[in-house]
Amino acid sequence: MSLVQLSRVSKVYRSLKGGDYTAVRDFSLEIPAGEFFCLLGTSGCGKTTVLNMVAGFEATSTGAITVAGKPVTRPDADRGVVFQGDDSLYGWLSALGNVEFGLRMRGVPAKERHDKARHYLELVGLKGQDHKHPQELSGGMKQRIQIARVLANEPQMLLMDEPFAALDAHTRASLQKELKRICRATGKTVLFITHDIDEAIILADRIGVMHAGPASKLKGTIEVALGEAERERTHDRFVTVYRQVHEMIRDEVALSLQRAG
Amino acid sequence: MERARNVGLYIAGFASLFVIWHVAATWLIPSVLFPAPWKVVLKAIELAADGTLWEETSASLGRIASGFTGGSLIGIPLGLAIGSFPIVRRLLEPYTEFLRFIPATAMITVAVIWFGIGEGSKIFLIIYTTVFIVIINTAAGVSAVAQNKIRAARSLGASSAQVFFFVALPATVPYILTGMRLAMANSFVTIIAAELVAANNGLGRMIWDSRMYMLVDQIFVALLVLGLLGFTADRLFRWGIYAFAGRFSPVT
Repeated sequence: MSLVQLSRVSKVYRSLKGGDYTAVRDFSLEIPAGEFFCLLGTSGCGKTTVLNMVAGFEATSTGAITVAGKPVTRPDADRGVVFQGDDSLYGWLSALGNVEFGLRMRGVPAKERHDKARHYLELVGLKGQDHKHPQELSGGMKQRIQIARVLANEPQMLLMDEPFAALDAHTRASLQKELKRICRATGKTVLFITHDIDEAIILADRIGVMHAGPASKLKGTIEVALGEAERERTHDRFVTVYRQVHEMIRDEVALSLQRAG
Repeated sequence: MERARNVGLYIAGFASLFVIWHVAATWLIPSVLFPAPWKVVLKAIELAADGTLWEETSASLGRIASGFTGGSLIGIPLGLAIGSFPIVRRLLEPYTEFLRFIPATAMITVAVIWFGIGEGSKIFLIIYTTVFIVIINTAAGVSAVAQNKIRAARSLGASSAQVFFFVALPATVPYILTGMRLAMANSFVTIIAAELVAANNGLGRMIWDSRMYMLVDQIFVALLVLGLLGFTADRLFRWGIYAFAGRFSPVT
């Protein structure tokens, strides 16, 4: 059975003026345990809405979401979230304090959680930066802290909402590589939101393309059966997958631009 | 190096204030009603020597200290509650939004009628002048906590109470401190006004009594002391923020 199941999920926002806005409608998706799934879509297609519902930040209007068979009703430690911006980090805590936050909330003894936090800081390439505060670190390092913070909490799955979108190209490329390496090493299930086709192909085991919003749902999924060496933009097989994804999303991009006016 | 230069400029700025004062009092407006700085300093030394200055200053400072502490202790929890719970906000907003427009100086007469001309009325007024500004800043701070900070904590397994104590509260500290700093400045205004109107001692009382005997030097001593005290209190507060809560502070 799949770890994550979304069956015919819809989300309708009620505006104060009375007009309803349907962000997603009849959205269904299954993600098996251990899969790195990239949800790809144009801006305004409702991909973040999907992530927020899986995270438990927002309730579904209709339909059901289950993770490991349990219905999602609220945020919980079994689903770790990495946010796009750095405003989710705690500026008054050190890097170590941020990473061990979840463990501290759950009453893990100090020694044990320090050790674990240091281990994950090292895993994301921040060895020896324990005592720095987020303000002292670069954008890329802050995203590394977010990733370490989520991993240290040992969730069943990671939810990542365009975590590298605000980074410069070089930092983004190196973080993509490292995230892939970390996920291979830990075998984590990941739902990763992005609008960048390259990023999706570099990271994903499977890519889901969304229709343009509103009232969006999944248009189709594409398996990315590429080896590590083939996940380079210039590799022939990479280009083949790129064409396939592009074929599927092209019309949606045009539609979304048209609707944005 | 840069720090030395900044401190130097700062001292030069202060020195120029006294130089201009001296020039103005000696040559531009030579009058017994406008004493030169050295005369004021001599008077201050005299008043310090006979103990008067310390007596009046400590009376005013003591009132500020207790009223400011009391007002902050009342204001912070109320501000946190208003910022956290919409119900509390609706219930208490009429109080804060109405009363904060009635200045403490307007309440002096009422305070004296209620609490007499002793310490009671002064401390009441300082609490009054402190409490609203601390409430409003604290509540604004709670509302300004980034949603993602709270969402992250919830997904890391924090309970609602933990979100409050480990996320909302520390994220609000800079706002609380800013509110307290503004309240401190207000306290100085209020205590002098209150002592001018009704008090047995204090710097405000000293100014008022000096007026009756035309002791202009003595009035200027009180003004000088007030400037120094306000400046020192604000610096101490800022220093405290850096020393004890620097990591909470967004100011760099």
